Amino acid sequence: MTAVQAVALVAVALGGTAVVFARDPARQALVSSVFGISLAVLFLAFQAPDVALSQVVVGAVALPAMIMLTLRKIIRREEVDRGER
Amino acid sequence: MSSRVRYAVFGTGALGLAVLLVWGLAGLPDLGDFAGRYGHVLAHSAVPQRKATSSISVTTFDYRGIDTLIEEFILFTAAVGVMVLLRVQRAEEEVPAEPEAVRRPTARSASLRSLGAALVGPILVLGIYIVVHGHLTPGGGFQGGVILMTALFLIYLAGSHMNLGRLRPLGAMEASEGVGAAGFAVIGLGGVVLAGSYLENFIAPGQVGYLVSGGDLPLLNIAVGLEVMGALLVVLGEFLDQRLLMKKGQA
Repeated sequence: MTAVQAVALVAVALGGTAVVFARDPARQALVSSVFGISLAVLFLAFQAPDVALSQVVVGAVALPAMIMLTLRKIIRREEVDRGER
Repeated sequence: MSSRVRYAVFGTGALGLAVLLVWGLAGLPDLGDFAGRYGHVLAHSAVPQRKATSSISVTTFDYRGIDTLIEEFILFTAAVGVMVLLRVQRAEEEVPAEPEAVRRPTARSASLRSLGAALVGPILVLGIYIVVHGHLTPGGGFQGGVILMTALFLIYLAGSHMNLGRLRPLGAMEASEGVGAAGFAVIGLGGVVLAGSYLENFIAPGQVGYLVSGGDLPLLNIAVGLEVMGALLVVLGEFLDQRLLMKKGQA
């Protein structure tokens, strides 16, 4: 195992733990974006460039963006519900 | 259940999982020491058979082409599902189907907007590069498609809703999604007509290493690229429209 692979593995372990420990969902989405990038580096280090290419976009951009937009909608709906009562 | 008992239960489970994981991982082959027969066969037959240097691309689009076709339609169905769900909701809330264009910039920070605008072009080029070189280098339709999606998404981050309305017409994205999904299926049918079986290559493979080579692989990559870009943009676009509607509701 090379140094790059070891560093990537540690980064993924730390990143995954950080995602779990981030309690605020919006913050969690951003942390998961960083985690997505570290996962892409891991795939690249273990010679899976095809997977790394999709991971870097899906994990770092598409998934967090989708979570943020969904959160926005849920929070807004909660506000509306509270206003009606 | 007291917190102490809960920790004890969790600890037992976690310990058991850790033991099983370490046991299982210890039995895995070393990195690069793959002993499976199929990997060896695929790596050695891809270049002579399909004149394409990316054996992964050859595997996903030729040897396991049907698999990829079904995967493509999973994404297609998911995007259509999101579209239908969000539009039904929109109709219930009795708001106009197409939100009026808002001229307000999406991002207040000027540096974010200029950085976003500067990155749109290079990322677009990178996405196209990844799609059309799918049969030569790592990457291909799916990877390039998501990169293209990011480039168009950056227009949203960098510009205003107004710009997005012009540059991100929902109709064109739906068309891109549909054309991509249908294109893959039609190229497969071309194999039935001209070569005898579904997704069989029917285009001259050309010379190894050239941009136009590998038979129908570049065409399949472009079809998947269009489909993936369109599907993801449709989903993101629907969510963004929801956001716009909410902004209008707030005002």
